[in-house]
Amino acid sequence: MKKIFFSTLCAMLALASTSHAETINWARAGDSLTLDPHAQNEGPTHTLAHQIYETLIMRDMTGAQVPNLATDWAPSADNPNVWTFKLREGVTFHDGSEFDSEDVVFSFERAMMPNSDMKELLSSVKEVRANGKYGFEIETNGPNPVLPANLNDIFIMDKGWTEANNTVEVQDFEGGEETHASRNANGTGPYILTERVPDAKTVLEANPNYWGIGTFPLHVTKVNYTPIKNAATRVAALLSGEVDFIQDVPVQDLGRVDGDPNLKVLNAPQNRVIFFGMNVGGDDLVSDNVEGANPLADKRVREAMNIAVNRDAIRQIVMRGQSIPAGVINPPFVNGYTDALDRIPAYDIDKAKSLMAEAGYGDGFTITLNCPNDRYINDEAICQAAVGMFAQIGITVNLDARPKAQHFPLIRNWETDFYLLGWGVPTYDSEYIFNFLVHTKTDQRGSWNGTRYSNSALDAKIVSLGSETNLAARNATIAEIWEEVQDEILYLPIHFQVLNWGMGNRVETLVAPNDRAVFKYMELK
Amino acid sequence: MTGHLYRIWDSDLCWSFRQSPVAMVSACISIALVLCAILAPLIAPYNPFDPSTLNLMNGFSRPMEPNAFTGETFLLGTDDQGRDMFSTILYGMRISLFVGFMAVIFAMVLGVLLGLVAAYAGGRTDAIIMRIADVQLTFPAILVAILIFGIAKGFTPVHLRDQMAIWVLILSIGLSDWVQFARVARGAALVEIQKEYVEAAILIGRRPEIIIFRHILPNVVSPILVIATISLALAIILEATLSFLGVGAPPTQPSLGTLIRIGQSFFFSGEWWILFFPAVTLLMLALSVNLLGDWLRDALNPKLDD
Amino acid sequence: MLSYVLRRASQSVLVLLAVGLVAFSMFRFVGDPVENLLGQERTDADIERLREQLGLDDPFPIQYWEFLSRAAQGDLGISFRQGRLVADIFIERLPATLELAFVSAAFALLFGVLFGIYTSIRRKGILTNVILTGSLIGVSLPTFLIGILLIYIFAVELGWLPSFGRGDVVQVGWWSTGLLTESGLKALILPGLTLGLYQMTLIMRLVRSEMSEVLRQDYIRFARARGLSDRAIYFRHAIKNTLIPVITITGLQLGSIIAFAIITETVFQWPGVGLLFIDSVQFVDIPVMAAYLMMISVMFVVINFIVDMLYLAIDPRLRDGKTSFS
Repeated sequence: MKKIFFSTLCAMLALASTSHAETINWARAGDSLTLDPHAQNEGPTHTLAHQIYETLIMRDMTGAQVPNLATDWAPSADNPNVWTFKLREGVTFHDGSEFDSEDVVFSFERAMMPNSDMKELLSSVKEVRANGKYGFEIETNGPNPVLPANLNDIFIMDKGWTEANNTVEVQDFEGGEETHASRNANGTGPYILTERVPDAKTVLEANPNYWGIGTFPLHVTKVNYTPIKNAATRVAALLSGEVDFIQDVPVQDLGRVDGDPNLKVLNAPQNRVIFFGMNVGGDDLVSDNVEGANPLADKRVREAMNIAVNRDAIRQIVMRGQSIPAGVINPPFVNGYTDALDRIPAYDIDKAKSLMAEAGYGDGFTITLNCPNDRYINDEAICQAAVGMFAQIGITVNLDARPKAQHFPLIRNWETDFYLLGWGVPTYDSEYIFNFLVHTKTDQRGSWNGTRYSNSALDAKIVSLGSETNLAARNATIAEIWEEVQDEILYLPIHFQVLNWGMGNRVETLVAPNDRAVFKYMELK
Repeated sequence: MTGHLYRIWDSDLCWSFRQSPVAMVSACISIALVLCAILAPLIAPYNPFDPSTLNLMNGFSRPMEPNAFTGETFLLGTDDQGRDMFSTILYGMRISLFVGFMAVIFAMVLGVLLGLVAAYAGGRTDAIIMRIADVQLTFPAILVAILIFGIAKGFTPVHLRDQMAIWVLILSIGLSDWVQFARVARGAALVEIQKEYVEAAILIGRRPEIIIFRHILPNVVSPILVIATISLALAIILEATLSFLGVGAPPTQPSLGTLIRIGQSFFFSGEWWILFFPAVTLLMLALSVNLLGDWLRDALNPKLDD
Repeated sequence: MLSYVLRRASQSVLVLLAVGLVAFSMFRFVGDPVENLLGQERTDADIERLREQLGLDDPFPIQYWEFLSRAAQGDLGISFRQGRLVADIFIERLPATLELAFVSAAFALLFGVLFGIYTSIRRKGILTNVILTGSLIGVSLPTFLIGILLIYIFAVELGWLPSFGRGDVVQVGWWSTGLLTESGLKALILPGLTLGLYQMTLIMRLVRSEMSEVLRQDYIRFARARGLSDRAIYFRHAIKNTLIPVITITGLQLGSIIAFAIITETVFQWPGVGLLFIDSVQFVDIPVMAAYLMMISVMFVVINFIVDMLYLAIDPRLRDGKTSFS
């Protein structure tokens, strides 16, 4: 009896001390929008989902694709339209039920439902099917060589749990539906959801039956997640030790956080490029003072603007060194990026002025720049700095900075002549950029192309990328398209963002280029 | 009209002013600040509103210390865009004061007019006006301003938006503030209307607008003046608060409030001057106006003088 | 008498309808909620489908009518951002705001009355000048700046108090309270102070002027002439007559405290309805914004109505219905 009591006490003490030492208080600006993993395709939502649910393939902290619930995948030898996957055995969901191919088929079909926000990523999929208990196949409408790149955020749910809780349909998020799956979670992931008050508090605890025990560090046993919107408050909470880990340290506070003996800042380039878009295809601009002509349609004007942007000054002063000046709107992680493309245009005011004069705008012109003020790192300050730089070559820029909810419709509805935009590439492939930003605006493609640029030859090349199975030929086409985009000076690239994660000294983690913290990789000293 | 003005500035008030060192000091500070704002283009060494004169590399210069890149020295340092703080504060104060004065004048004209009409007309007109005032009071100033700002931005053509911001601010702060003018004007007018001279004026058939403006208005001037002074301080602070919430003056033409909003994000990082100087200026401005308002209230309300 | 009550009540309803109309019409200009709901990969067809689904393409009067008829049944709609019933979100968030509002109102009342009495009795003292000037400095700085300064001093530099949130809360039925835990109480101090400062100054000034007024009344002079002690005069006679208007004003101010909590909640990441509102404005979460404005107006109209009825009970002259309250 005494012995049992003693050992219990020891166990309890051990438990108490470890659980105390391994709790991470995590804060970032925004909260997850819903727990239903297929209802919203959005950063913070998926970051939380990745702790609880798992995907077949995922990106690790370096951005490389690694096996997760699938241990192996390859195009089928018999049919070029089929990808085959081998699933991990011996995995259980948090409620104890077993994971197999039935769950994967169910989850993919669920992710392709009309209410799903993930369905665009699976738009090329014709059918998904099980091949035995641990085999899975995806058949696409035509060959799709880059399909696995689209699967990093397709989460696997338990078919039985979903059916038992009447939540087979994806939550109709926009219709305001609340379902069992939007308030509860049952994944295979390393952490189990134990408490959640949206926008206020979310608690995760380590999954004792996780398949990856022994494979991953799994030092963190409990995660308290609080969204803190106000940047100053977020930094104050880190400085005062109330939180251990924040994902978005404002660049101006890096010194203060890094200078604190108990804290450190880790950074890494983010998979996101920031650039200006211009109305190059319109006959006349609404916001300018030039009647009957579009100065931005003149390539010399665009070139002048491109070399009038002092990217290095923006990096040093506005971004405090926390950005990588860009010469192309393609982040370095992405297939199709080359150093040659990313040559930074040399800052040259005199040449810019003579180009302006050559184009007939020696006296400059007036234009409005639309800028978001709550979307990208220091977005408003970047635009403000640009106003000063364009003023040097005679372009008077009126700045109109607004929240993203008002900014993005301007681009969508072609109501802006000159705008700031940022672009992340979740598939890590150039095709994604071309589809949204370069292709002529149509119902299927070019929805974020606010430039009014339209080039049918280029469009045809972009469309061909979707079904080209010869990777060498495909990459050659990508290079041709980039050549054309760069030659036209379709966009004015500014920089690639750098992520800055602030944390207590005991935390060891890499900074993922997609701004996604994955706690199973985190180590604690 | 000179007679009425003289009545406002009669010897009692002047005497009270001479007796109050606080009033004199705050009046001096207020006047000095207002002069600085008006004369900003003459006093300021730079024009921070002209983007072509800015050099981004001057950004974050410390006060009185040469910049590491450009070697230039600025009295109060520079902000994140390389703007000279001293000049920017002067120009910013200009905008703050302009917004404040215009908003208060707008609220005052609207409020006093409606209040007098309500008091004089009475009955249904009175009820309707005061019910509208209730609706207005339902929305606290800050909400009214956010709403109007949102609506007006929607109506303004894209290329005019940044110039419109100031007028939208004036409209929204003014609209959130007219009710107290209306209530005070109405209250004071109700008292006046019952006096014999007004009854006499009505009896001899004077036109209503003449009665209102010639006889009633001068009698509500002093409480209105007190409210106007305090409203000015409130309007300046409200503008700052709206800027904090991101619906204030544009960053390319910053008011004191916008400067404080910009500065507060550099508070933890050690660039204290970007927040400190605009905040102190705002404090001096609002405090001196508030103190003046206080003194004015006490001076115009002789009951409080023991 | 009854007709007066009925008329006031119907006027209140009209006020609410007007507020609803204003609230609703402005949302069309705040931005497009569709933009936030769809990800980077959205197509124009998605946008059209969603606009239709949310009823955003209906004519404005129809949208308003639908909103009103549902609101009358207690259905405030569904948050675009959280995808949950607005009523549920409010029930979850309201306790935080109400606790903060009551704590700051209590703080404002206590210190406002104390300082007000002191400064009216010692009209020329040094401490009086310190209090008056200090409170003026307090109202001459924007609330958000005071909040940030307090965080900097007490949370970052001294580490005495938390910089954000409510601390640990205890669930009492559906009400979550921070008043029962140490961390909850500590978390209330800074935001309560920030929010209450302005109201405290207001109350202090009111008490001061009311008290000065009362002290000049004849009966106080008589009491003094009769040789009553200062203490008896101040506390038995003067304060009693001062408190009625003070309590009325405090009651009326409760609505605006809750509205001003928007800023305090933003600075301190206080999970109440004010923070919810600001988040909703940025996200263009129309149902939440509409519900918030309706909540504020209902609160204000109800408080106004109660005050009116109290005056009616106290002052029979009002019963002819000629004079409106002010």
